[in-house]
Amino acid sequence: MAWWKYVSSRKIFWPLVALAVLMAFNLFFTPKFFRIEVKEGHLYGNVIDIIKNSAPIMLLAIGLTLVIATKGIDISVGSIVAISAGVVAMLLGGDLLGVPKYPIWIAMGTAILVSVLAGMWNGMLVSRIGMQPIIATLILSVAGRGIAMVTTNALIVWLYIKPFRIYGQGYLLGLPFSLYIIAVLLILTALVTRRTALGLFIEAVGINPTAARFAGINAKNIIFGVYAFSGFCAGISGLIVCSTVMSADGNNAGAGYELSAILAVVLGGTSLNGGKFYLLGSMVGALIVQTLTTTIYAFGVPPEIAQVVIALVVLVISLLQSGKFRTMIAGFFGKRELAI
Amino acid sequence: MKNWKKVLVLLVAVMVIFSVSAVAAPKQWVVGFSQIGSESEWRTADTKSVQDAFAGDPTFVLIYSDAQQKQENQIKALRTFIARKVDCIVFTALVETGYGPVLQEAKKAKIPVIMIDRDVQEADRALRLTIMGSDFVKEGEKAGTWLADYLKKQSMDDGKTPIDIVELQGTTGSAPAIDRKTGFANIMKQHANWQLTRSQTGNFTTSEGKAVMEAFLKADPKIQVLYAHNDGMALGAIQAIKEAGLQPGKDIIVIGVDGVKGAFQAIVAGEQNVTVECSPLLGPQAVQAVSDLRDGKKLPGRIWTIEGIFDASNAAAALPTRQY
Repeated sequence: MAWWKYVSSRKIFWPLVALAVLMAFNLFFTPKFFRIEVKEGHLYGNVIDIIKNSAPIMLLAIGLTLVIATKGIDISVGSIVAISAGVVAMLLGGDLLGVPKYPIWIAMGTAILVSVLAGMWNGMLVSRIGMQPIIATLILSVAGRGIAMVTTNALIVWLYIKPFRIYGQGYLLGLPFSLYIIAVLLILTALVTRRTALGLFIEAVGINPTAARFAGINAKNIIFGVYAFSGFCAGISGLIVCSTVMSADGNNAGAGYELSAILAVVLGGTSLNGGKFYLLGSMVGALIVQTLTTTIYAFGVPPEIAQVVIALVVLVISLLQSGKFRTMIAGFFGKRELAI
Repeated sequence: MKNWKKVLVLLVAVMVIFSVSAVAAPKQWVVGFSQIGSESEWRTADTKSVQDAFAGDPTFVLIYSDAQQKQENQIKALRTFIARKVDCIVFTALVETGYGPVLQEAKKAKIPVIMIDRDVQEADRALRLTIMGSDFVKEGEKAGTWLADYLKKQSMDDGKTPIDIVELQGTTGSAPAIDRKTGFANIMKQHANWQLTRSQTGNFTTSEGKAVMEAFLKADPKIQVLYAHNDGMALGAIQAIKEAGLQPGKDIIVIGVDGVKGAFQAIVAGEQNVTVECSPLLGPQAVQAVSDLRDGKKLPGRIWTIEGIFDASNAAAALPTRQY
């Protein structure tokens, strides 16, 4: 049983099990779920949709993983998505012939810059003023939607600029373009946090900020940094959201995304109590969240009960993740050695 | 401390006198308008339309109040209107319930109340004068009737071969979603071969409309008609149809509701077939109703918004005049 102990003690194991169970359900009960065709020169199928549609949540989850590792939380990311989408849409302009008002790179750069500033604002409130993270980011969560509305004049801005489509709808080598954006950001984040001491610092701050400070870690700057980074991730996410539907809707863009992203991080094995974080786990978590949504659509669950179904599945997955619960179940069946 | 209180009382007294005199001095009619907020661009267009229409008539003074999606704000605003003795109250109810007492107060003060767009609950309807707004059931019926005509014109419907229809619903439980579904279903009943193969909520948003349509297209490759409860979802679905290598508007007939500018542009481009108008431009009709009221005319218990239906035959001509 040594191999089992090794495999099941990996943090990524249980999120993968949950994802596999969801996929297995579809394999048996949703016809044609796994069929992949080639259309218009790219891969086409439900699985591709899951990857493509989970991109915005994955990006948010990368930033949130680090925030949650410091025992913080950022519930403003959904609003930052709307701000970023609004800024880029206003700078590109809704010209019917597809002529951008400002060059695309300036529009995108400005949107990301504004998002980083929003993240820095959160970071300042939490690290310098010492506000509780949920309150600090709640402020921007509410105000941010207002800012997004002001940016777009409370109208939905439609874009007709072809080159901008690639970020949310484009494909490279048959795969969604957004996948490559995530891969680059994920690899960079993993390198910076795992190949340097930064990751250890973040975890130290999350476990015990006072001890971390006495150990010579500048906890304030670390906390400030992770919120700014979360804003950065939300900014990129906003660009993809805007490009996916080629429009910016201050009211609805990114609405509720913060909760999906937090769920993704938690399902991925990072505890809300801070400390150890698992970037890859968060990505699997985001895939679980999106697979669940796509399954609801593809299987044809009536909208009246869809939310209840989602809640039940999330509950089961969360229980599956909990070591304590698994020990309890294993104890119940008298197989204690299976417990972790 | 005591002095401060006196100053405060004095200040309030002065303000009350001023406001009363401001209302009393001119012969203008003062109308209080309580809006629920600005949650969508439809609402923004609605607010602007009412404000502009009353501003355009010098015999009216409009007092505008935004409830910011809170009922207590709205009730507070209505009480302020009553205290200021406005001549007429125009308001959109945020929710159906809870307006009984404040409407009683308005009735006692003999201030007529005209509802716009969203009504109060059945029991309180005797307390308000009239309601003006769109008939969502009729919008669904119009969409169904348009489809029947179109299929007939294209000779696509022989009455026997099944027609596969998918539906993108609005926010689950909202009045427009329930009624637009009902209206369309009423027409479907008359066509035995029309079948609703899939129906799911897209929450009235473009991104969810797109995601749901993506899944529909994979599950059911022979979808012929898409009926979306608003244009936003239809526009999202159009992008999903294109990504599936199909031609929206040709391979799949696309029907939307609302009549937003984006839909008109899509109709002109041949990607959407039709939009059933649900006009937020209630201002001119509201001014008309209040004028009639001032002239002592009797208002009907229900005033329907004047709304059209736009497809390839008339969308291009109407596009430059669209305001929302």
